[in-house]
Parts: sequence; C-alpha cells; structure tokens
Amino acid sequence: MSASDRPPSWAGKAFVGTRVVFRGQDLHADLRHADWMDLFVFGITGRRYGPAALKLMHALWVGTSYPDVRLWNNRVAGLAASARSTPSLAVAAALGMCEATVYGGHPCVRAIDFLRSARQRVAQGEDLDAVVAAELAERRIYGYGRPIHATDERLPWLLAIAREQGLADGPHLALALEVEQLLCARDPRLKMNYAAMSAALAADLGFSVVEFHHFQVPMAMAGVPPCAVEAAERPAGALFPLSCDHIRYEGVPKRAWPGRA
Amino acid sequence: MSAVREAARPQVRTRIWLEEAVPGHSGVTQAAHCHGYDLTGDLLGSARWVEMIFLLLRGEAPSADQARLLEALAVLLANPGPRDPAVHAAMCAGSTGSTAAATLMAALAVGAGQLGGAREVHAAVTAWQQLGCDLSTWQAACAARRQAAPGVASIWPHTEHVPGFDPNATAASPLVGAALARLAALGVGPHLAWLLAHLDVLEAAAGAPLAMTGVAAAALVDLGFSPAQAEMLHLLLRLPGAAAHALEQQTLGPKHFPFFDLDLVDDPLHQEAA
Repeated sequence: MSASDRPPSWAGKAFVGTRVVFRGQDLHADLRHADWMDLFVFGITGRRYGPAALKLMHALWVGTSYPDVRLWNNRVAGLAASARSTPSLAVAAALGMCEATVYGGHPCVRAIDFLRSARQRVAQGEDLDAVVAAELAERRIYGYGRPIHATDERLPWLLAIAREQGLADGPHLALALEVEQLLCARDPRLKMNYAAMSAALAADLGFSVVEFHHFQVPMAMAGVPPCAVEAAERPAGALFPLSCDHIRYEGVPKRAWPGRA
Repeated sequence: MSAVREAARPQVRTRIWLEEAVPGHSGVTQAAHCHGYDLTGDLLGSARWVEMIFLLLRGEAPSADQARLLEALAVLLANPGPRDPAVHAAMCAGSTGSTAAATLMAALAVGAGQLGGAREVHAAVTAWQQLGCDLSTWQAACAARRQAAPGVASIWPHTEHVPGFDPNATAASPLVGAALARLAALGVGPHLAWLLAHLDVLEAAAGAPLAMTGVAAAALVDLGFSPAQAEMLHLLLRLPGAAAHALEQQTLGPKHFPFFDLDLVDDPLHQEAA
C-alpha cells in the first residue's frame, strides 16, 4: 500500500467495532456528553468552548432559522417535498444554495474577513474611517445594508443574548458598530445586518475566516425542515405550482429552425 | 384567487422559454418554444442534443462547426474516468446505495472545485477573456498568479496554480495533448489552435502541464461561452460518466469498493501508552 493510500489524519478514525477517535479524543468515552454544537465547533476549530459561548453559538443559528417557504433555500426544500423527493435531498439542496452571494456564506465570509483585517489595521495605527474608505474604493463592505428592509430584526435579540452571556464587549463587535456609524453617515440604508454582527461575535470568539465559514453552513437549517414537512402534508405538486400565466416571455418571436444541409 | 389579484400574479421573466397553455387550462401546455423555436414542431427530430444546449445558453443555433466542436467536447468530457475525484465521489454514493440525485450531487460538489473542476474552468475562461492570444501577457499573468498572496477572502479557497494547468501532474498527459490536437483540428475559433501552437511556452510559464480543464476552457471560449456558462457546461457534461460509474459500483456494493486506510496521528490510545 502506498503512502497516499494511507494518508495521515488528525481529524479522526473509526475503528469499526471498537472505538472512534474524534480529533484526538474518544468519541464515546470522552465526548459522549458533548452538546452537539460543542462537538461541531470542536470538529472545526479543535477548541472546546464554555457554556456562555455555546449559548451564543446556538443563538446565532436560532435567530436566523426562518420557516418561511418563500425564502429561496426553504422554497427549494419545500418544492422537493412537494415533488415527493426525500428529506435529505431537500435539506442538502437548501444548505448548498445558502452559500449565496446575496445571503448566507458569501456575506458571512466577506464580513468576517473585513472585520478581522480592519481590526488589525486599526491596531497598527490606521484610522478606521480611512480603512472603510479604502475598502469602499475597492469593493462593497458586506454585512451592512439589506435588500428587502434596512432594519434587521434579528440584531437586538442576538445582541441581548451576547450581553446576557457577557460576550458583547469584544473588539470586533465594537469595531463593527463603529463601521456601521461610518457607513450610515454615507448612506442611512447601510445599517448592520446579521452577517456583520454574527461575524463580529464569531471573530471575538476567536474564529478565523475559514472556521466561521464552516460554522455558518447550517446557520439557517432549522428553518428548512418545517417547510419541507408542511409541503409534504399538502397534495403532491401543490407548492407554488407555476402555470403558463406565471411565465412572462420576453424573448425573440417564433421562428423556424435553420435547416442543415 | 380573484381576478384583480390574478392580474398582479408574480411572474418569472424569461427570454428563453415560451409556453402556451391549452385554452382554459393554464397549467397544461399546448406548445413550447425555445428562443423562438417550436420544441415539438421544429426542434424535436431536427436539433441535436448539443445544438439544444448551445441554443439554451447562447440564444442562437450554433453553426455546423460550432455544433461539431461542442459535440466533440461533450464526448471528451462525458467520462472523466474513475480516477477523477468527482467520479470517485459518485462511486462512493453509488456503492452504498445513495439516491441517484445524491450521487450526482456528490459528483457536482467535487467537480465544482478549482482543481480539475468547473470553477477552474470559470477561472480559465476568465483568463482567456482578459489575456486573449498574447503570449507575453499570458507569461506575465502566469508569473503573477503563481506568486500572488491570498487576497480578499471568498467562499472559494485561495489557489496558486494557473487555471487550466495541473499542479499535481508529474508529466504532461499524452491524453490531454491528443484531446487538444483533435479539438483544435476542428478549426473553430482561434484559442484551441493558439494554445496548441504555444503549449510548451505556456506550460513553462504555468510551471505545470496542461490539464483537461485547460482544453475544455479553450474550447468553450472558442464556442463563445462566458465564464459562468462554461462553468455550468463543465458541470453538466461530466455527469454521464459519474452516473455510469456510480451505477456500476451500485451493483458491486461497498465491499468491492476501496475503503483505504488512515494513519491516525493523534490516537489517544498511543498517547496513553506513551
């Protein structure tokens, strides 16, 4: 067997029939009482967090799990259930598409990357206003502004839990709030949204960009199954069926297919 | 829904597809037109599969030469073979009896990547659009790419290799070279031919042999596809092989599929013994 057929692994290994090692710990002996979030984050970061941090992490997920079947990812799960597909396919598709540009993965990654980098630059003596201006000259700052409604109803609840757990005084959250002020001075619609606040709180918990990217994957997942379960209870094909009247054709007029000699 | 609300009904806007209903039955289709062409009256029986794909993405029928090149590319990409990670993923799903959709989703997830996958084709087509057929520009871009530090974070991890070239290859692949030569010989567009003519210099600049993604990207540029269209096509066109290999492994089952081994570096049992 060549070395590539037996790669080294620190992630873990299943000794099927005897034991399982999870990041250097015995899954059943050492980690059997772990909260699922604790295990999930340990798997990503290799770090174990205390009850306050885990409570906040749960809140980060709970606060954005919206069981509204109109939402794009939920709708896909609902359509899958309506078409009598399977729960796994419904949820997997919904989760996969959450790595979107207008919501989910992309804004979260860009937000934590900017906040971590901005904090470093400010710590090195740069003025935050100049950092923001330089960033805006290059690209949009994610985590501020929201397409449907400028106010993000999730933030006060999340902030309250962060305060309740004594985790609202970190430097990234403070910086994120300052950035909001600077951006709103330019455009009042650029209020902070969930991506920036969750990214700031995660950065204050020590998450790197990659760690937060992985952490946020199931962030909205709890809102998905209710949409699928509800759609499965309806008659098959009954969720948002599109008739010909729902389609507005804006293309070229009818024409004949060019013949081939 | 009332007549008033019916008028305000949400609508999908499309330049691709016209669907006409049977009178009195808005959910029953009388006829469908793709970019103006009647599906059953015109396309069915006349248009080839690759012509339909070209029509869907580009909005126009391909020329005979374009159709020939796309067909050849589709044959080339149809089966990346069981060594390909995307097909490997599909076989994992197939061998354990996962659903057909999960099997193809597995192939898509892996085949989406920036090493040998659709995102690499996206990057390579973008490079062609930016650099054209200018050797010195390509050489400069290759050098810059290989030395570039990670920039702004993205959902796509930072990569250092020049898209379209295989950083893991230990030698140039005769298969890739033959595929490039055959596609270039079809004479559609300048990019495949230019790539073939300057392959040695480009491989030296990239520091790696040409990959099949590089061949595919040049062909897709010659066909006029955008980076986003090329990415989608690369995902689509490689699925047949993934499906076939997954179905084959399904019949064999997991006991006849490699499970490999792992060298656990932090085994708590070893730590206790130490």
